[in-house]
Amino acid sequence: MTTTETEPEQEEAQEERPIGFGRLLRKEDPRLIRGMGQFVDDISLPGMLHMAILRSPVAHARIVSIDKSAAEAHPNVVAVITGEDLAAQGLAWMPTLSNDVQAVLATDKVRFQHQEVAFVVATDHYSARDALELIEVDYDWLEPLVDVRTALDEDSPVIRDDLDNKTDNHIFDWETGDEAATDEVFERADVVVSEEIVYPRVHPAPMETCGCVADVERVSGQVTLWCTTQAPHAHRTVYALVAGLPEHKIRVIAPDIGGGFGNKVPIYPGYVCAIVASLVIGKPVKWMEDRTENLVSTGFARDYVMKADIAATNDGRILAIRTNVLADHGAFNGVAAPVKYPAGFFGVFTGSYDLEAAHAKMTAVYTNKAPGGVAYACSFRITEAVYLVERIVDCLAYELDMDPAELRLKNFIKPEQFPYETKTGWVYDSGDYEPAMRKAMDMAGYAELRREQAERRANGELMGIGVAFFTEAVGAGPRKDMDILGLGMADGCELRIHPTGKAVVRLSVKTQGQGHETTFAQIVAEEIGIPPEDIEVVHGDTDNTPFGLGTYGSRSTPVSGAAAAMVTRKVRDKAQIIASGMLEVSVADLEWSKGSFSVKGDPSKSVTIQEIAMRAHGAGDLPDGIEGGLEAQICYNPENLTYPFGAYICVVDVDPGTAVVKVRRFIAVDDCGTQINPMIIEGQVHGGLADGVGMAMMEIIAFDEDGNCMSSSLMDYLIPTALETPDWETGHTVTPSPHHPIGAKGIGESATVGSPPAIVNAIVDALKPYGIRHADMPLTPSRVWEAMQGNHTPPI
Amino acid sequence: MQVPAPIEYERATSVEHAIALRSQLGDEARFIAGGHSLLPMMKLRLANPTHLIDINDLNELFYIREADSEVRIGAMARHRDLLDSELLARHFPIFRDAERVIADPTVRNRGTLGGSLCQADPSEDLSAVCTAVDASCVITSSDGQRVVPMHAFHVGPYETAVANNEMLTEIRIPLRPGGGSAYQKVERRAGDWAVVSAGAAVWMDAGIIVDGRVGLAAVGPNTTSIQPVAEALAGAAPNEDLYQRVGEIAAGNCSPETDGRGTAAYKAHLAAELTRRALRTAVARAQGQET
Ligand SMILES: Cc1cc2nc3c(=O)[nH]c(=O)nc-3n(C[C@H](O)[C@H](O)[C@H](O)COP(=O)(O)OP(=O)(O)OC[C@H]3O[C@@H](n4cnc5c(N)ncnc54)[C@H](O)[C@@H]3O)c2cc1C
Repeated sequence: MTTTETEPEQEEAQEERPIGFGRLLRKEDPRLIRGMGQFVDDISLPGMLHMAILRSPVAHARIVSIDKSAAEAHPNVVAVITGEDLAAQGLAWMPTLSNDVQAVLATDKVRFQHQEVAFVVATDHYSARDALELIEVDYDWLEPLVDVRTALDEDSPVIRDDLDNKTDNHIFDWETGDEAATDEVFERADVVVSEEIVYPRVHPAPMETCGCVADVERVSGQVTLWCTTQAPHAHRTVYALVAGLPEHKIRVIAPDIGGGFGNKVPIYPGYVCAIVASLVIGKPVKWMEDRTENLVSTGFARDYVMKADIAATNDGRILAIRTNVLADHGAFNGVAAPVKYPAGFFGVFTGSYDLEAAHAKMTAVYTNKAPGGVAYACSFRITEAVYLVERIVDCLAYELDMDPAELRLKNFIKPEQFPYETKTGWVYDSGDYEPAMRKAMDMAGYAELRREQAERRANGELMGIGVAFFTEAVGAGPRKDMDILGLGMADGCELRIHPTGKAVVRLSVKTQGQGHETTFAQIVAEEIGIPPEDIEVVHGDTDNTPFGLGTYGSRSTPVSGAAAAMVTRKVRDKAQIIASGMLEVSVADLEWSKGSFSVKGDPSKSVTIQEIAMRAHGAGDLPDGIEGGLEAQICYNPENLTYPFGAYICVVDVDPGTAVVKVRRFIAVDDCGTQINPMIIEGQVHGGLADGVGMAMMEIIAFDEDGNCMSSSLMDYLIPTALETPDWETGHTVTPSPHHPIGAKGIGESATVGSPPAIVNAIVDALKPYGIRHADMPLTPSRVWEAMQGNHTPPI
Repeated sequence: MQVPAPIEYERATSVEHAIALRSQLGDEARFIAGGHSLLPMMKLRLANPTHLIDINDLNELFYIREADSEVRIGAMARHRDLLDSELLARHFPIFRDAERVIADPTVRNRGTLGGSLCQADPSEDLSAVCTAVDASCVITSSDGQRVVPMHAFHVGPYETAVANNEMLTEIRIPLRPGGGSAYQKVERRAGDWAVVSAGAAVWMDAGIIVDGRVGLAAVGPNTTSIQPVAEALAGAAPNEDLYQRVGEIAAGNCSPETDGRGTAAYKAHLAAELTRRALRTAVARAQGQET
């Protein structure tokens, strides 16, 4: 009875381009596909110099001395700068986004392998690299702290002796939920299942590495920074706050960005060094990381060791979940999350279930590893939270011998319970979980798959079916709760309609591939009836766009998308007043149908938005009190987060002889509320699912016992290809957000969040004949085989 | 962008020219064939040759042909040529098996058989293939040629029998009746180097294996043929028991190490499992049951 639903994708491409929501080819693609995009590395300015960074070969060592004379003598070298040089200017350290400091260039010690130690500026990229080898650094080796589990041991080396009175590696403790109430529920529960679940360190690994071109004009003091940033405004303000540069003299431009996934949220030492270099030398300076530098030094993600317990009744009613997390933040706490949320939005670990109680505790520690910690399509630690709950629920299904889909169906929050406040205080705005789950099961032919699995098992074949259901919390966020370094997370938006009825909309957010230039034009089009191709989307340049905190955590549509709708409505309100003058009726007598106002009861009397625009800029009379022009600007402060959800089913086959896993099918039903452009949504889902295959089956940033990063190239840090990924089967339900002006919830990270547990659950399900209840990612053939031998070793 | 250290570049116009340049430019000069092993190492500055001698113009080294009961392959034959060759597919289907899982089309369009063998990486698939089919290597110098069997060609990891004034010019594989061959590889992801791979070749007569060889990759410092395997196969009738036994011999005669690709125990297991699978297919092919 397989009823594989076909998405409209397979339907005939819509002939008409929608004026508003609908499938629409991406406006940005013609330039990107033809290689006409402009990325940071494409920028070349007259007289531009090139910078390269010397990095530490060891994870933990005292710097005894640095001899840069040979490098300075290189004929093409313009400057060699060390930490000491920066310290003289008070610039050796910079604040992180989480109340910590990070070395721009190491002065006292190096604290992770590949930490920035010095930089060279030369007339060309090759010479800059060559000169790095001429710098002699004498290191005094110190014992590194690599194993996060020993970070708080008495005899562990103290990494952050730069901090006052620091005698251990502790960063913070955090907790949420009601511990006593949760323990009480656990005491009376029929069944308690416990498991240690590890989400290893992974890396966003965007195709374009990080870099910038800094151009400091010494006379005017103007700083222009072309930079791989997902948050140009936030960066500009942070430079102003921390370096004391006057904000009006700083222009941050994010040109085309080749993938971000959170990797391009932080401010990296390289950016600061390039600005300093340009300031000191008086010429533009380019710095572009190479692949290795990107993998070994920039914002990683995850690195949580999670002890999870779940309590339930014998018949599968889930009562409570509690967890105790050890979080590895590396050598500096560089997490980018709203300040009141040191663990991001991990509090949504209660998932999509109606629980009686929940509690989480977390301890974050320093280790001799690269800093960062929140990056990678994780919606502020929701990836970890969802993985935790969806894995432990499967462990419960295993112990109860219950079907994992049935167990989930039995425990979902019911539609009538929304808005639903979780036991950790999150208010889910809307949801209707069962139809999404049933739809995924229908598309998969779930019952038939289970029958096939039983048959195959009887023949010694290993087939697995994995189910995961996730709820995300995205769209940070309400300014009363959420800020980064004191900057509220509300977003501005400006819309200007030109006299001929074409428009330009200016956003604070910045696409890194998500398709903003298309979807934001569609939002404006939907609200005002101007075709999307007549609407120019301007973003990524602080001089030309209103303030806002940028694109990450799936916040563009929930926050800036709402801003775009609201600013358009503001313009439309003005248009209505002008139309009333043109048609000589009162405002209340006008009716809006996409693109024109007409007189109620007399549709022949109407004016189009284009006619209104011309009138607004023309010489004719305007209604009393109305200024010319047709434009508006707003700042949208979201009322709540939005809560997209989805049901994912994965089918795998495991070769019993080699333990090689083949992902046979993947069914993804997503609900992101109102859909703006279903084609772009599918693209976001496809990408995120591929990410999930990577994390579940091959990706890990690993370290040896000396703290050497073992994943320093794409030969060792594997990223999945089309050959490891099946044809995605996507579907959707639509449950609009009640508080978002167009009901949209955001889709950017849903699939990255939801797919790892579905895949791991499928692989573990395939291994059920071996009595396996849990195995940690990445499930490489070797790790699967070792699990089959009864050797479950955590990856960290 | 990762960039290599400064280098000098020469373009050889003939084998003689290439060898002359190599002798003249000294120890730190290297031939560059497809460049898919050498250039990545240079970009990471793990290899820092002073000179590159480009041998891509040596049209005389691009062939795959049959002569004197041998298949002869020029050192510059590219992965792509080995994959497409009907001659090889007919006599040694192991090549096509292997080439389907070596790297990706971009790498296969440039990488060469000679470069693969001379790289002497213990994970190099073509080394295991050439070992299984009992190939030998023709090494040329200004003094003439010498022919070295595969087991003497690799003298250590990343080290070959080719001296500084020599060049690998040809690979020869004897054509014998009743042959069948196959290749099996486990990789973590398409285009990745082997976790372990196994090549097997058998030559049969009247349902009996006259001679059989197995070559493994990524399970020790070198890809060498395994003598006890050849001994167990010679004169044996093919059956599951035999494959089982030979698999165990293969696993017992390699020295894998735990690394990012897998644990030593898993690799030893794969050596056995993949040997069994490759042998099974090789025998079926020798008996004309499978292509
Ligand atoms: C992304 C990627 C994935 C890969 N995956 C695999 C894989 O799965 N399996 C696999 O087996 N290989 C793999 N490779 C390696 C690939 O097969 C290379 O092409 C091969 O190893 C080297 O061949 P080449 O012609 O490129 O040699 P080059 O890099 O040009 O040379 C390699 C070495 O051999 C020397 N040399 C070359 N020709 C001669 C000659 N005629 N005489 C003497 N010395 C010579 C060179 O001086 C150099 O030291 C991969 C490579 C890449 C980049």
